Amino acid sequence: MRKRMLICLALLLVMPGLLFFTSCAKKTVQSEPTLSQQPQAEVDTATEDAAAEAAAKLAAEKAQQEELARQNALEEERLKAEAAEAAAREAMAAKSMFVNEDIYFEFDSYVLSGLSQDILMSKAQWMRVNPNASVTIEGHCDERGTNAYNLALGDKRAEIARAYMVNLGIDASRLSTISYGEERPVDTGHNEEAWAKNRRAHFVVD
Amino acid sequence: MIRNIVIAGYKKTVTYLAGTLILFFFMTSVSVADYTYINISNPFLRKVPIAIPVFKNLSENSVDARISRQAADMLSDALEFTGYFKMLDRGAFLIKPEGPAIKMPEINFQNWTAVGSELLITGGYSMHGNQLEIELRLFDTFKEKLLVGKRYKGIKKGQRKMIHRFCSEVIFKLTGERGLFNSKIAFVSTGTGNKEIYACEFDGYHPEQMTRTKHITLSPAWSSDNKWIAYTSFLNGKPDLFIRNLRQKRGAIVARKGINATPAWVPGQFALAATLSFSGDQEIYLLTGSGKIIKRLTNSRGIDVSPSFSPDGKQMAFVSQRGGTPQIYIKHLETGQVTRLTFEGRYNTQPSWSPAGDKIAYSAMGNGHINIMVIGTDGQGLMQITHDAGNNESPTWSPDASMIAFSSTREGLSRIYVMTAYGTDQRRLLTLPGEQSNPQWSSIIANN
Repeated sequence: MRKRMLICLALLLVMPGLLFFTSCAKKTVQSEPTLSQQPQAEVDTATEDAAAEAAAKLAAEKAQQEELARQNALEEERLKAEAAEAAAREAMAAKSMFVNEDIYFEFDSYVLSGLSQDILMSKAQWMRVNPNASVTIEGHCDERGTNAYNLALGDKRAEIARAYMVNLGIDASRLSTISYGEERPVDTGHNEEAWAKNRRAHFVVD
Repeated sequence: MIRNIVIAGYKKTVTYLAGTLILFFFMTSVSVADYTYINISNPFLRKVPIAIPVFKNLSENSVDARISRQAADMLSDALEFTGYFKMLDRGAFLIKPEGPAIKMPEINFQNWTAVGSELLITGGYSMHGNQLEIELRLFDTFKEKLLVGKRYKGIKKGQRKMIHRFCSEVIFKLTGERGLFNSKIAFVSTGTGNKEIYACEFDGYHPEQMTRTKHITLSPAWSSDNKWIAYTSFLNGKPDLFIRNLRQKRGAIVARKGINATPAWVPGQFALAATLSFSGDQEIYLLTGSGKIIKRLTNSRGIDVSPSFSPDGKQMAFVSQRGGTPQIYIKHLETGQVTRLTFEGRYNTQPSWSPAGDKIAYSAMGNGHINIMVIGTDGQGLMQITHDAGNNESPTWSPDASMIAFSSTREGLSRIYVMTAYGTDQRRLLTLPGEQSNPQWSSIIANN
């Protein structure tokens, strides 16, 4: 029983040696010049190989980790950019709404309607959110009536919108006005539909 | 360079003329019913038939024969423009093949009364090199009397001016006013794609672009010596007032906050009124010709625009919205008193004070259309003088108050038209690319 155990032990010890041997034998077959080398050197080479393999494995692992980190950073960046873009888009949308939403007037009138007042309130809000923006308010008229009088009427329309926003707390120095009278219609038609579109105050961010 | 000489050999006539002139004034004070060529109360009710045969070549040498007809046509067109005359057809004239007799006693007046003429103008001319000499005579064919005789000398290019100078004499003889020849009309045209100021002669001849701002430019206004023009331009991005000397490169810009608009010169002064809104409200101010504020002329909340002065400069008509709608008001500048002139309609703007002083033309919006109205400065005698023909705006009087120029959309695009002060003889003044608006008639341009 004890003998068998010894044999087994011997076998256990020999087997790896045999394994090494076969691998070494293979190596000598493969590379002729190493035949002359000492067996000790062969063992050294074997140890170096193992170390290199481990190092490579480590490096690969590290690279993989780095790649992951890089990807995570990229993803984070992308998300951040996306968020910024969304914010910018939102700001742009707010700005374009500010710029594109005109207020309209009745013929020969510069009275602000309830709707116009609501629009001016949201415009004032935008100016609070964008404290560095200054704005020019353009006053326009329809083609009816005389262009001299309409130049004055456009002035009144721009001025009333400005006064309303100043009353809402916007610094007067951030708001200027210009009257174009009937000189710059958005719709060149000669009917009520066109005229209604042209009797307006328009907002331009400087 | 046109010399203006009373025709030699007619010295007797000249004294006689002076005599009739005095007599004329004397007689009108005694009896208006006596013969007058042109009825002052409504001169356009009956047009005076006038014969203007082709001019006679007086040179020994044969010269460009086209002048005969050209010059006669030019004279005929200028006089016809005034609306006072009925031009008789040359085809019906009873004249000898060798051409008409141009002076007394050779003229056979029966030949002229027979074709229905009450007045006759004869012309003779001679050319010496580039020098043109024209002699012109106006006759009363029934009284067989010379009314005006003049001789003009100058370069051939000056022909139009010579003819128009004679026209002024004719009109002065017949109405006591110097007429409108030698006046100009400034207006706004969009031909270049931008509104720019142009000017042409009284009859639409020779239109010239006066501004090249490449921006919106509006409301031209002549100073009464015609040396300055004021207008509003967006050249610097907003409506500023430009005051410009036409001969020299100088002037001033009024560029206050808000609008600087609707200039009107004070007659006989280097000063003008304009609407400024730097105070936050549109008010009319009196400015020096160099653009400095002398004083504020209106003081009411709401729009005050479009000043127009009486010929003596003592009163100013303007548009105010103080009563709720735009209406014409008159301010007496000495007393400061303001009276409302127009009560009919809800949109009366663009007052233009007649150079004769008694009437104001303006444009009125009603039933969706704009028409020209004329009203006495006392608010009496309201008269609509354009009807059923598009929108009619911006009336402006000729310097002799006999005609009104205005803009109209009657043929689609806005163009400049003229008519007599009573609304007769409405016709287009000129055709240019783009649209024309805002006519402003100058006074008579002296010495040119």
